[in-house]
Amino acid sequence: MTSEATPLRDGPAASAHVLQALADTWRDPRGWRGMLAAIDHKTIARRFIVATFVFFFLGGLLALLMRLQLARPQLHIVSPEFYNQLFTMHGTTMMFLFAVPVMQAVALYLVPLMIGARSIAFPRMVAFSYWVFVMGGAFLYAGFALGSGPNTGWFSYVPLASSDYAPGKGVDIWAQMITFTELSALLVAIVLITTIFKMRAPGMTLARMPLFVWATLVTQFMVLFAMPSVMLGSTALILDRLVGTHFYNPVRGGDVLLWQHLFWFFGHPEVYLIFIPPLGFISSILSTFARRPVFGYRAMVLALVATAFLAFGLWVHHMFATNLPEVGKAFFTAASLLIAVPSALQIFCWIATLWKGRLVFVTPLYFVLAFFVILVAGGMTGLMLASVSLDLQVHDTYFVVAHLHYVLMGGAVFPLFGAVYYWFPKFTGRMLGERLGMWHFWLFFIGFNVAFFPMHLLGLHGMPRRIWTYSEGLGWASMNSLASIGSLVIAAGIAVFVVNVALSLWRGATAPADPWGAGTLEWSVPSPPPPHNFDSIPVVHSADPLWADPGGAEPGQLSHVAGLAADAREVLVTAALDARPQSRPLFPQPTVWPFVSAVATTVLFIGSVYTPWAVVWAAFPVSVAVIGWFWPDRAETARALALERRP
Amino acid sequence: MLCFLTSYLFPAFGSAFAGDGGPAWRVVADVGGWFGGSATHSALRPAGVQAARIHDLWQLTLWICMAVFALILAALVMAVVRASRRPTQAAAPPVASAPQADAERRTRCWVAAATVASAALLAVLLGADMLTDRALSRLPVADTVRIDVTAQQWWWEARYTDGDGQPAFAVSSELRVPVGKPVVVSLKSADVIHTFWVPSLHGKKDMLPGRSTQLVLQADQAGTYRGECAEFCGLQHALMAFSVTAQPPEAYAQWRAAQSAPATAPSGADAVRGQQIFMASNCAQCHTVRGTAAAGSLGPDLTHVGSRALLAAGTVPNEPATLAAWIVDPQSLKAGSTMPSSRLEPDDVRALVAYLGGLQ
Repeated sequence: MTSEATPLRDGPAASAHVLQALADTWRDPRGWRGMLAAIDHKTIARRFIVATFVFFFLGGLLALLMRLQLARPQLHIVSPEFYNQLFTMHGTTMMFLFAVPVMQAVALYLVPLMIGARSIAFPRMVAFSYWVFVMGGAFLYAGFALGSGPNTGWFSYVPLASSDYAPGKGVDIWAQMITFTELSALLVAIVLITTIFKMRAPGMTLARMPLFVWATLVTQFMVLFAMPSVMLGSTALILDRLVGTHFYNPVRGGDVLLWQHLFWFFGHPEVYLIFIPPLGFISSILSTFARRPVFGYRAMVLALVATAFLAFGLWVHHMFATNLPEVGKAFFTAASLLIAVPSALQIFCWIATLWKGRLVFVTPLYFVLAFFVILVAGGMTGLMLASVSLDLQVHDTYFVVAHLHYVLMGGAVFPLFGAVYYWFPKFTGRMLGERLGMWHFWLFFIGFNVAFFPMHLLGLHGMPRRIWTYSEGLGWASMNSLASIGSLVIAAGIAVFVVNVALSLWRGATAPADPWGAGTLEWSVPSPPPPHNFDSIPVVHSADPLWADPGGAEPGQLSHVAGLAADAREVLVTAALDARPQSRPLFPQPTVWPFVSAVATTVLFIGSVYTPWAVVWAAFPVSVAVIGWFWPDRAETARALALERRP
Repeated sequence: MLCFLTSYLFPAFGSAFAGDGGPAWRVVADVGGWFGGSATHSALRPAGVQAARIHDLWQLTLWICMAVFALILAALVMAVVRASRRPTQAAAPPVASAPQADAERRTRCWVAAATVASAALLAVLLGADMLTDRALSRLPVADTVRIDVTAQQWWWEARYTDGDGQPAFAVSSELRVPVGKPVVVSLKSADVIHTFWVPSLHGKKDMLPGRSTQLVLQADQAGTYRGECAEFCGLQHALMAFSVTAQPPEAYAQWRAAQSAPATAPSGADAVRGQQIFMASNCAQCHTVRGTAAAGSLGPDLTHVGSRALLAAGTVPNEPATLAAWIVDPQSLKAGSTMPSSRLEPDDVRALVAYLGGLQ
């Protein structure tokens, strides 16, 4: 480290010496300590993404086992008990351990790079969230491997999930896994909202933010409002189970529908937590490969915000088959249909973007084009499910299984793979193979439709969800066989993807800073980015700063601000609306305390499944760890004060 | 892992395509059935006015949605073709804002028009849905049949009442209704949430512990319609089927009279001995046979069990061999069932089957 006497300042004209100092300042420690102490948002986000993909593959394997069992009528490949665990684990994994966290993880990587920041806000909290998430997921799978898998569905309806009908620890583990993942999701939401509001590069007004950043911002606000509902619900569930409260026990004045309201008040917005960030991927990818900005920026932003509001008004459409008053049902039908309008608007804007663009056909664009086909089909079946009368027929059948996979795979997983192909060069510095990418795409696209399209018909022909077997002579056998074949084709596509990633990491082509000729700031830094992201903080004059701006600078010519300390973790904080520079706080150093706190928190959560006293006793290690985390460091404080005094 | 999976799956498909008597084209022929569905268990083959109303709404919605889907895809394809015909200069830097304001404005009009059209079509769907919902709840229920159905893990008990609303008789998992008459089904659950669903007759309704719900349906064509529990309800959710048989009013009246009567006395030495075994062993503690001392209420009423087509909520056909297997070891047919295994001698089982089979 350089001494205080010769301050090192960053800036566009900074010397190699200064750039080296910047990299050294922001780099995570190496070795074992670095494994546990890392707080660089890129390191944490990479690990987070890898962890969520591991859960995605595990959830996919569970799905393959289910399709195997259902391939023919009356097979006995797995027992009914194990089948029930399979679909519970599959749904739980995909929703709680893959789809929501992977979107947050990608945002943790990209948002600072897209908005021209050196770090995410509260980097230690992000490390803590990551550890808590991984430990919660590992806890669920450890229980499953040891024979205590939950078996009441990812929705865990009471009273089936009460201790009377689900003895054993499976549901307790499930409920605490919710606590783990929701804690993680809430913390990440706070981090992302703060980052987006306060750490944008000067000049990046709200109206110049990339649409992916808008999508992330909207999603994180939804997380803040949706997650507490399910945490409340699952806490009441675990209290019912472990300490004998009666929130959901009708015999003692509780109510079984209370759970459904709490769960779906979270559960429906959750679909949009999964679906809105990919809308941001699509805008990024389409805009780059259509070689023009997305048509109707303002309309797109307003549509995202409208979707977020409406998403909280339609949870009851999961409950049309319970006894509800008619007027109430009509309201929720109207809300469910209405949410199609902002989605339609966005789709029309993207089609207009394509219409007026010049297309470059590469793998990410294929995944985005497939999104249109699959998601629009899923949206249509969504309209059917929104109708009370139609829902009475198709609710809880394979029609819904088809619908939700069309929406979530088409709406989230296809764009996510597009995003992986698009940003992989930025994450790793290597290009993914185009030829294998095409194989991956076509296997995945064909396999997906072969697997899930027949399920629409199965549902209409009366096949309920969550059945471990079915009898012959109902006309369901051939379509189920076909669906199972489709699932194998999907698996083959995923295998090609894994091979592609492995080959690319091993000997892939080196990626330049901007391999696609894209317009947003993350492409102005090397691939992969240095620890400090930006050598000097850019100043933004338009929504696509790397593209030619009429009456503005030449393409690729960014202007910069200078003067942040290069030998201290100083960042620039700007105003929430118009991103005028406001202050230069000093960010914290890497530390193992978030990891230690996460371990202590894990002990508390896991212990509470076995005895309520764990909440009391494990509170001590948690307190010690958090005190260690926030223990003030005299040298750091002195340095911060010194930097504050000297502009 | 994949190899392991395929090696499991292919024997299964092998038997499907060749093993069970049919060549591969049988599967292809089956495709014809994909869009039609089973006549007894499909939302697409309504056999009653309620299901028919939902089916009408289904067709309207399906056509609107398919037309919109086709239009969007057509627009997408045209956009992609148009854009890929333009000279692509990936190297040339794109322009960050619109070059021609006029063209941009025209596109804006198109997007706005498409959005307004979507909203209008959604309003049509909303109106159609509300009308259907109204019609479903306004089925006249003057001269009705009332059935109280209680679901439990994993079977259905249906209690019929006589003219004064007094309980008349109970059947298990096999309901009958007269053709052309509205039937009010009251739905209760004895344990967890179940869902009553006969797709050919009506949509579904949850059966909630601590609450009572109701479904009004009507069968307009005679026939036996299959139903299944639609809400995940635990281990054997898959083996919880039932049936609703719609008969002409006269046949239905005869059936009611037969069901209201107490059990017939056993005839034949085997059956008499079977009755003694039934009363002496623990069968009678859980099952009722009206007209005898057996008055248990945990299991299904067996007063006329011999007349049933299926056993264990649609799991196996009601034949002497399966009935015997069910008595000896219910867990092997339906693991988790509350019916315990029995340790009866084979002779005793035969006698018991003779007795139960005679309870027509």
